[in-house]
Amino acid sequence: MASAKEMKSVLFGPILANNPIALQILGVCSALAVTSKLENTLVMCIALTFVLVLSNVSISIIRNHIPSSVRIIVQMTIIASLVIVVDQLLQAYAYNIAQELSVFVGLIITNCIVMGRAEAFAMKEKPGMALLDGLGNGLGYSVVLLTVAFFRELFGSGSLFGLQIMPLVTEGGWYTPVGLLVLPPSAFFIIGGFIWVLRTFRPEQVEAKE
Amino acid sequence: MEHYISMFVRAVFIENLALSFFLGMCTFLAVSKKVTTAIGLGVAVIVVLGISVPISNLVNTFVLSPGSLHWAGFPDADLSFLRFLTFIGIIAALVQILEMALDKYLPSLYNALGIFLPLITVNCAIFGGVLFMVERDYNFTESIVYGIGSGVGWALAITLLAAVREKLKYADIPDGLRGLGITFISTGLIGLGFMSFSGVSL
Repeated sequence: MASAKEMKSVLFGPILANNPIALQILGVCSALAVTSKLENTLVMCIALTFVLVLSNVSISIIRNHIPSSVRIIVQMTIIASLVIVVDQLLQAYAYNIAQELSVFVGLIITNCIVMGRAEAFAMKEKPGMALLDGLGNGLGYSVVLLTVAFFRELFGSGSLFGLQIMPLVTEGGWYTPVGLLVLPPSAFFIIGGFIWVLRTFRPEQVEAKE
Repeated sequence: MEHYISMFVRAVFIENLALSFFLGMCTFLAVSKKVTTAIGLGVAVIVVLGISVPISNLVNTFVLSPGSLHWAGFPDADLSFLRFLTFIGIIAALVQILEMALDKYLPSLYNALGIFLPLITVNCAIFGGVLFMVERDYNFTESIVYGIGSGVGWALAITLLAAVREKLKYADIPDGLRGLGITFISTGLIGLGFMSFSGVSL
C-alpha cells in the first residue's frame, strides 16, 4: 500500500494544484450548461463523481485483463453502463431535476474527465489509488462547478438553492438581478476569472509565452 | 421547405452546440490554436454529425423507442434504457468505418482529416447532437437538417475562435490569464455575439 503522503496528494492534488477543468482542460464539455442553479449543479456533481469513482475502480480491477487494442471500447462500455444506472436512478427518484438536466446526464459518458482518468490513471494503478484519484478529480470538478453556480444563482436571480437571499425589485425588494449571469456565456467569464485567481496564487501554473 | 430552413438557421446560430450548450468544449479549446487545423476538425465534425444523427434516428425509431419493435413481433418491448450504450456504439463504429473508407478511397482527404477522426468519438458535440435529436422527437428529414446544421454551427464557432486566438498571440495579457483563461473569456464574448441572433425568427 502506498504511503499516506502519496495518498493525500492523489486525493487533494486535483482540487487546486492540478484541477481537471482549470489546468487540464478536461470535462468542460457538458458541465457549464447546468450551472445556472445550484441545486441542479450539485446533483450533476454527485452524478459525475459517482460515475468517475466507480469507473476508475472497476477499470483498475480488470486492468490486467484488457487487451490494449480494444481498451477504449471496454472503457466506454463500463462508463456507459454506469451512466445508464445514474440516469435511471434520477428518473426514478428526482424526476424534475432529471428533466432539467435533460441530455447532460447522458453526456457524462463523453465527459473527458471520466475517459481521461480511466486512460491515464486507472489503467496503471491499483484499485485503492484509483478510487482516491476518482474522488479527488470529482471534487476538483465540483469545486469549479459549484463556484460558477454560486455566482450565477446569487447574482443572476438573487437566490441560493432556490431560497431567496436578496429580494428582487420585481417582487418589491431592492436587488436588480444581473441578467447577463443567467445567460450561458457568463459561465465562460466566471471560469476565466477563476483561472486567473487560481494562477495568481499559484504562479507555477502560468503558461509560458508562445 | 421553410420549416427546414428555419431549423437549419436555428441549429447554426441560435442553438449553437458549442456556444450555447457548451458541447465539444474539450476539443474546442484544445484544437483551436491554428485556423487551418480548426477548419479541418470542423469539417470532420460536420461529416460525422451529418451521418450519425440520421442513422441514430433510424435506429431509435425502429429499434429503441417503446413499441417500435412490433415489426419483429415484440410490440411490448421498450429498449429505451439502452439508448446511451447504443448511440455511443453507433458513433464509435461510424467513425471507425469512415476512417477506413477515407483511407481506401480518398487518401488525400484522409491525410487532412485522419488525425481528427479518433478525437471525434469522444467529442460531446456528436453525442449531444444525437441526444437532442431524440429529446426533440425529430423525424428522419429533420434529423438530417439538424445534424448538418449543428455541425456547421460548431465548425463556424471553432474557426472564429481560432482566428481570434491567432491574433491574441500579439497581445499583452496579464500572466494569470495567458493561455486558457483568456481563451475562456474570448469564447464567452463570441457566445454573446451569437446570442444576438436569438431575436431572429424565420
